[in-house]
Amino acid sequence: MSTVVGASLKGIGTGAVPVLEIRDLAVSYRSGDEFQRVVHNVSLQLRPGEVVALVGESGSGKTTTAQAVIGLLAENGRVDSGAIRLNGTDIGRWSQKRLDSIRGSKISLIPQDPTGSLNPVKTIGAQVAEVLEIHRQGSRRQIEAQVIDLLARVGLSEPELRARQYPHELSGGMRQRVLIAIAVALRPSLIIADEPTSALDVTVQKRILDLIDGLRKEYGTAVLLVTHDLGVAADRANHLVVLKGGRVQEQGPTAEVLASPRSEYTRKLLADAPSLAKARHVRRAAGPRPGTGEHAIVVENLVQDFRLDGGRGTFRAVDGVSFNVPRGTTHAIVGESGSGKTTTARSVVGFQRPTSGRILVDGIDVTSLRGDGLRQFRRKIQLVYQNPFASLDPLQTIFQIVEEPLLNFDPMPKEERVRKVHAILERVGLPQSVIGRRPRALSGGQRQRVAIARALVLGPQVLVLDEAVSALDVTVQARILELLDELQQELGLTYLFISHDLAVVRQISDTVSVLHSGRQVDSGSVEDVFLHPGSPYTRELIGAIPGQRSLAHACASTHFIGAAQ
Amino acid sequence: MSRYVLSRIGQAALVLWAAFTVSFVLLQALPGDAILIKFLNPELGLGPEQIAEIRASYGADVPIWTQYLHTVGNFLTGDFGYSIQAGVPVGDLLLANLPPTLWLATLGFLLALVIALGLSVASSLLPLSWLRSFVQSLPSLFVATPVFWLGIVLIQIFSFQLKLIPVINPGPWEALVLPVLTLAVPISAPLAQVLMRNIDRVMTEPYIAVARAKGASRTWVLWRHVAKNAVLPTLTIGGILFGELLAGAVVTEAVFGLNGIGGLTQRAVGHQDIAVLQALVVFSALAFVTINLVVDLLYPVFDPRLKSREGAFA
Repeated sequence: MSTVVGASLKGIGTGAVPVLEIRDLAVSYRSGDEFQRVVHNVSLQLRPGEVVALVGESGSGKTTTAQAVIGLLAENGRVDSGAIRLNGTDIGRWSQKRLDSIRGSKISLIPQDPTGSLNPVKTIGAQVAEVLEIHRQGSRRQIEAQVIDLLARVGLSEPELRARQYPHELSGGMRQRVLIAIAVALRPSLIIADEPTSALDVTVQKRILDLIDGLRKEYGTAVLLVTHDLGVAADRANHLVVLKGGRVQEQGPTAEVLASPRSEYTRKLLADAPSLAKARHVRRAAGPRPGTGEHAIVVENLVQDFRLDGGRGTFRAVDGVSFNVPRGTTHAIVGESGSGKTTTARSVVGFQRPTSGRILVDGIDVTSLRGDGLRQFRRKIQLVYQNPFASLDPLQTIFQIVEEPLLNFDPMPKEERVRKVHAILERVGLPQSVIGRRPRALSGGQRQRVAIARALVLGPQVLVLDEAVSALDVTVQARILELLDELQQELGLTYLFISHDLAVVRQISDTVSVLHSGRQVDSGSVEDVFLHPGSPYTRELIGAIPGQRSLAHACASTHFIGAAQ
Repeated sequence: MSRYVLSRIGQAALVLWAAFTVSFVLLQALPGDAILIKFLNPELGLGPEQIAEIRASYGADVPIWTQYLHTVGNFLTGDFGYSIQAGVPVGDLLLANLPPTLWLATLGFLLALVIALGLSVASSLLPLSWLRSFVQSLPSLFVATPVFWLGIVLIQIFSFQLKLIPVINPGPWEALVLPVLTLAVPISAPLAQVLMRNIDRVMTEPYIAVARAKGASRTWVLWRHVAKNAVLPTLTIGGILFGELLAGAVVTEAVFGLNGIGGLTQRAVGHQDIAVLQALVVFSALAFVTINLVVDLLYPVFDPRLKSREGAFA
């Protein structure tokens, strides 16, 4: 059995046989007694050394397709029909036992979430060695040497030390390097990279994608790249396959698809992807907000220390951040994980007392507020959280969720509350039919609209949006950004927009502060900061935004990235 | 010693002290006492003065605070007082009754572990899904089984119907078979349930998919990745179940007519033998606290994430 595969794999590199050929693949999941089809007649080809990107939003079937290829569908999933040919051999109907002999050696996987993808109670070395042990590659000694060599190959410093460490002792980027080491250990002919960098900071993302690219070129491996990020796909793939609802919308060479998309859906996707958006300036209905000159938020020299576990020493999360936000404008705080952006936001909202510095919101000194003063202050400023799935109580109806803030302040008759809830839900573009439903019955975009309605129902002047669109699909994200823009215009709202995504920030903000390790490294108007970044860190951040390579020759708006190079 | 270890030991000592004090207060609050029960017997014909004298000789006439401090001091020096009913030191009673109960409890717990592990592995690796569901439903049945009923049914089947184990004068090992089984089955049930649930949870972790993508078989994944991660949370339940084990041992000894801590407890309650009861409560608490302390101290050995946090404290 394995000799058959071995023999057919000899053909790699000749280019005659595709590494992977999927023909009319159909996959369904069982729920109860019924099978629901989620992948319909997907066909694609992948030649040696090529990168094909499966692009789509959540529920498009891109991950299911990838899982079917490696034979790791969820227990209730099954391949209904179609062929999956690996170097010419159809493995679509192989048993799990038979697939075990090629998984890890002929096909391997780079998973999405580097945090959960390594066993927390085994050393890094043991987890890399495992793939070699399973496929019986040499003696214990040889394996150990090979593990160190692999860890060095993927760019980890001090590989001997890393091999003895446990996953929690490594950063996210380092863990993803370990997972890449596992994936390339036996030089497979096909690597499936399932959202390999979605959980990583943008600068780390670029380095990891460069690493995968480098190893692919060196080993001649083909890569099936699964991603929701059109920018990443545009930069890294030779060939794009756009999926929606389990069907291929269109596929073709990357440059062609980007330059002249044939399907309606691809055109929409391209228009909505912030990193690729050509019509960026059109998005903001009235251009940059002029502001009234009066400042809605003033932050002066904010410092926030946290006591370390065990009470010994302190950790400075925010170190001297200052900015002013004119009323009716949007200020963005940009940074990677651990930059202090969320801490800054929490201080502004009054969730914690700053170690030093001054925060004025609408003229009120937040740092001096206590008790009921602080409670009343919440009417002026509201927070919208990142995760619309966790920030809504699953047991409340949409009406109860939006009504709740009204119950916490001045008593008002039931009819008026009902009227207000209806009005605000209509304002955020939700149909009246959702009012009696629970969050579970709503899509991600609808839930985030509910969260925005809840924040707005008290009529605040300032909205703090903490990664408020980061968990959403690009088309949904674009609609929410449009909504926020309209609301700002109509209600004169001031936004503090916390994000790691520079492309989105560029779209929605007037001014921006760039944070790095708690320090403010750049600040000013969006144009200034993006076109003439003052600090090397900001330059690196801008340079790492995906979608620029293809953008450079696919469209003309290169001034967007001009400063990066 | 690290701060983690010290704080755990401190907590254990605190629990022990609380158990001692609460039981002391409760036992004192009971109406009547062992002296009255033993000496107020009309056949003895003792007058009130004589009884007061006896009370004084047992030190039962001094204020309760003094008694409390006395008892604490005595316990700390290993003196558990006298059993009024048996007229011998409580320490001797414990030493005589401890070994059979310890055997029963240890063997019962080991068998419970074996049953729980067997069921969990079977529920994960059996090839047919209906067989897996059947195995998964067994713990609910076990947990609903009362100890006394199971004991009686086992005697009926194995001793009277099949005549495998004699009821009168069985050998030392034969005598243990049915009690151990009786004790193990109900204890194994919650262990198996927690273990099965943890195995299911760990099976859905991304690192399991990564291990499968390396070409690891289901069996390999179960032993090399799932086992340790699923057993960790089960340790805590194991420690808590130890209390159940002691309670179960009392009932089991009663059903099978065995000598041990169970019988001793039963007699001491019947006669309100406060000194014996106090010693039994403290002993049970000590055993419980020790087991749970061991569990707490074992965690960092199995889970490197706790070890490094411990290191940060040290």
